[in-house]
Amino acid sequence: MPQPLNYLKETASQTAGPYVHIGLIPAMAGFDIFEKNFSNVLVTPNTQGERIVLEGKVLDGSGSPLRDVLLEIWQANAAGRYNHPADRSAGAPDQDFRGWGRGGSDFDSGLVTFETIKPGAIIDKMGRKCAPHVNVWIVARGINIGLNTRLYFSDEEAANAADPVLNLIEQSARRATLIAKRTERAGKVVYSFTINLQGPEETVFFDV
Amino acid sequence: MNAQAPALRDPRLNRPEPFASPLGDGGFFQRDRAMHPPAHAPGYKSSVLRSPRQALLSLENSVSEITGPVFGHNDLGPLDNDLIRNYAKDGDPVGERIIVHGRVLDETGRGVPNTLVEFWQANAGGRYRHKKDTYLAPIDPNFGGCGRALTDDTGYYYFRTVKPGPYPWRNYVNSWRPAHIHFSVFGSGFAQRLITQMYFEGDPLIPVCPILTTIPDKDALDRLVAPLDLNASTPFDSLAYRFDIVLRGQRSTYFENRTAGN
Repeated sequence: MPQPLNYLKETASQTAGPYVHIGLIPAMAGFDIFEKNFSNVLVTPNTQGERIVLEGKVLDGSGSPLRDVLLEIWQANAAGRYNHPADRSAGAPDQDFRGWGRGGSDFDSGLVTFETIKPGAIIDKMGRKCAPHVNVWIVARGINIGLNTRLYFSDEEAANAADPVLNLIEQSARRATLIAKRTERAGKVVYSFTINLQGPEETVFFDV
Repeated sequence: MNAQAPALRDPRLNRPEPFASPLGDGGFFQRDRAMHPPAHAPGYKSSVLRSPRQALLSLENSVSEITGPVFGHNDLGPLDNDLIRNYAKDGDPVGERIIVHGRVLDETGRGVPNTLVEFWQANAGGRYRHKKDTYLAPIDPNFGGCGRALTDDTGYYYFRTVKPGPYPWRNYVNSWRPAHIHFSVFGSGFAQRLITQMYFEGDPLIPVCPILTTIPDKDALDRLVAPLDLNASTPFDSLAYRFDIVLRGQRSTYFENRTAGN
């Protein structure tokens, strides 16, 4: 027998449901408990960047919206820098943007929204420019291990065409599952997205 | 754009120049999915329509995955880790008082410091304080059922609560969940994000739970079962259970010119 490596094993994932809201967004569960709550609003008045709304839903294999799903997003600031010490890229930090948000779907419509800013392009470790994107993590009843995906922006066609991650998707038609569509509504910029858990339009999910 | 292979680096030095370590790109160890429940697990019926059927796209960690939100004490209130007090209105919650404690570690055995751990649970009767929960067990007016803590410099966390009750659910006609507490953990990078559940040593519902048995590996399942820890209990007050949580290991990353985790 060779020497043992003695690595520990990652703790097994379990579903977040059925009542993920109790712990993570208790106001949606119907009660007020914490002095400070995490929310789907990532911006403060001082945050740099273009204000946008991300609005979407997650559909199951029957095409029905998940009305008990929780999404978290993680994104760079307007200059393309994450608010984390491990990002040492050239983009300037923004003390007024944590870059993380958490939102639950509406119990009736299934819609999830985030108020945030459009992220800048980041530079990967090979020095390549990556198209602006938002990292998304999805948990719900029936999802045994959180799903990772990304949202890109429909008005970034040239950047998307050159993005190293989008180009990893061999079936080019599936790249469209990661593109949020830009519209304007009541003076607000809204990017709409649909995450399909199954079916011909199944979203590309990542093993990160 | 430079596609050249990077030069071989000395694993002991862990310095960016002249020999940055091959363990120095900050990426996480590949997740061993055999330790985790598969997405499609028909015995847990809710997974059938909610499981992707295409292969996941393998993505080498980039700065998007090795970074993640940073939390601090400003995010927490003083009672957040005391579920016996944080929703009390006119008395203590009903139930067996317990302390839950442990460490958040990574796969190399190092404590994960200053990371946010959130937890939520049913009350002692097995009822959640949630507007969608209609189980016949009563709501406890003095129990909210959620809390959170930041780990200390060594990855240690603790909180106080009452032991949750088991409850029935609509999977098979007669399915019951063992007593459990949900945990959400962040780690240092978004790719470490994990939600899991802690179960209690000796619970006879563990082997027959359709959710728990989605885990294919018996050792992985056993690691979700917290043992009774009498040494950490408070005599004539609370029993204690120990629950360690392991997040993915990480190749070294640099924080403000200092190598982390070496």
